[in-house]
Amino acid sequence: MPISAPLLVHCQNLSKNFNGKPAVAGLDLDIPPRICFGLLGPNGAGKTTTLRMLLGQSPRSGGTLEIFGEDIELNRRQIRQRTGIVPQADNLDPDFTVEENLRIYGSYFRLPTHEMDRRIPQLLDMVELSARATDRIDTLSGGLKRRLTLARALVNEPEFLVLDEPTTGLDPQARHMIWSLVHRMKRNGKTILLTTHYMEEAERLCDQLMIIDNGTLLAQDSPTGLIRKYCESDVLEIRGGIPKEAVGRLPTSCRTEHAGESLYIYSNHAKPLLELAQGLPDTACLHRHSDLEDVFLRLTGRELRG
Amino acid sequence: MGASVLLHFGEPLIYLLGLGYGLGRFVGEMAGMPYFTFLASGFIAWSAMNVASMESMWSVYTRMVPQQTYEAILATPAEVDDIVIGELLWCATKSLFSGSAILAVAALLGAVNDWTAVFALPVIFLTGLCFAAPGLIITALARGYEYFNFYMTLAMTPMFILCGVFYPINTLPAPMQSVVQFLPLTHAVQIIRPIVVGEPVTNLGLHLGTLGLFGLVTSWIATILIRRRLIQ
Repeated sequence: MPISAPLLVHCQNLSKNFNGKPAVAGLDLDIPPRICFGLLGPNGAGKTTTLRMLLGQSPRSGGTLEIFGEDIELNRRQIRQRTGIVPQADNLDPDFTVEENLRIYGSYFRLPTHEMDRRIPQLLDMVELSARATDRIDTLSGGLKRRLTLARALVNEPEFLVLDEPTTGLDPQARHMIWSLVHRMKRNGKTILLTTHYMEEAERLCDQLMIIDNGTLLAQDSPTGLIRKYCESDVLEIRGGIPKEAVGRLPTSCRTEHAGESLYIYSNHAKPLLELAQGLPDTACLHRHSDLEDVFLRLTGRELRG
Repeated sequence: MGASVLLHFGEPLIYLLGLGYGLGRFVGEMAGMPYFTFLASGFIAWSAMNVASMESMWSVYTRMVPQQTYEAILATPAEVDDIVIGELLWCATKSLFSGSAILAVAALLGAVNDWTAVFALPVIFLTGLCFAAPGLIITALARGYEYFNFYMTLAMTPMFILCGVFYPINTLPAPMQSVVQFLPLTHAVQIIRPIVVGEPVTNLGLHLGTLGLFGLVTSWIATILIRRRLIQ
């Protein structure tokens, strides 16, 4: 991608306070066009607040925020005309059928009837809901509702698509279907902003990742870049009885982390980890490559969030 | 749908038939007209208030909080003002449905003298708008459905009883008469009743002006409060 491509989202020093408490504190967020950008962070990190500001559903307390080069506060209608969102909580209209939901939503974008007649069957086909077009919303499973919400987000043919935890609570089949739809959106040239708690999902879908906590930036890079930068290459997980002596003999280059009953040993060399693992039963330890979840936990800590 | 028709049309109809014929037998005439006619014309105004208030509280709250419908709408080019205007018009439309249904029943039962009673329809719509707005204010402040009981008991029930639906307000004690002049239902009844029975409306400008002003001011407040609730 040429470096000169204008940014689709450009935020500087973006902040938001609720009753004096900062939820987002001076975030710089730039999203170039046609990539999938992941925004990660524990609960309460400021992800949803950031998304709400990007959509003009929450006025910022400070900083600048431009989408398509326009200030969101000044050009909400125009920006939303070109944006689609899959919100975290299901908000399909239970008073209408599957197809009516798309039609009503399209009317908010002032789509002419002939446009809807063309787009809606295509969208229903894409999310494999054509057979359910006349069914009511309350007869759909969670996975089908999610697919319909994704179709709804595409009814205005947006250039910018915001997916707020699109696969939370879905079974693996439904999750894979959403993933393949996201890949398809990317191929179609859409710019995607995704939040998720599933690191595997972030690793699979996103070109760029930003990890935030307490409303500030912790790290930003590609998924592999983050793993290289913030974590050793190998990890040994030991569950239950920890062989203290053997652990004590490890070279100082190994880093250890305790979490409940488990011990995580990180190292850039597999050898000392493998040697330690040999002395332990298979069920008590696991040697693997570090992944994004290790980076995430290292940066945001292991304590539970509200 | 069926439940809604029963509540908004069936309930006033039962009241009207029961009280209009039951009580009407003893009362005979009131303010120079059969009691059934008096009551039916008052009930049209009351029903407009009732339906718009219920819709603007329970249904709007349902769309705003559990269903998150407004959040979905606010991800489109539509804005809070559009939502408020849409809800006001929908509440008034429901008032018009129920008000015209009661008007039709009243006409079938001989309480309407002239076709000019149809001029009550725009006033029913205005009455609906006028009561939808305060309902939206209450909804914007509500933390749950129980919250609406305050407004029901402290505002809607007193208006139902005091604003001239059951008896002319000039039978109230003098200080009370001044108080009810500030209640919008009084003015809705004062316009709708003469139109329905085919009499000239006295002080039409005053009554329409009061309703209009009340509706505008409460709509303005409702828009501010709903915006504050949705855009945080």
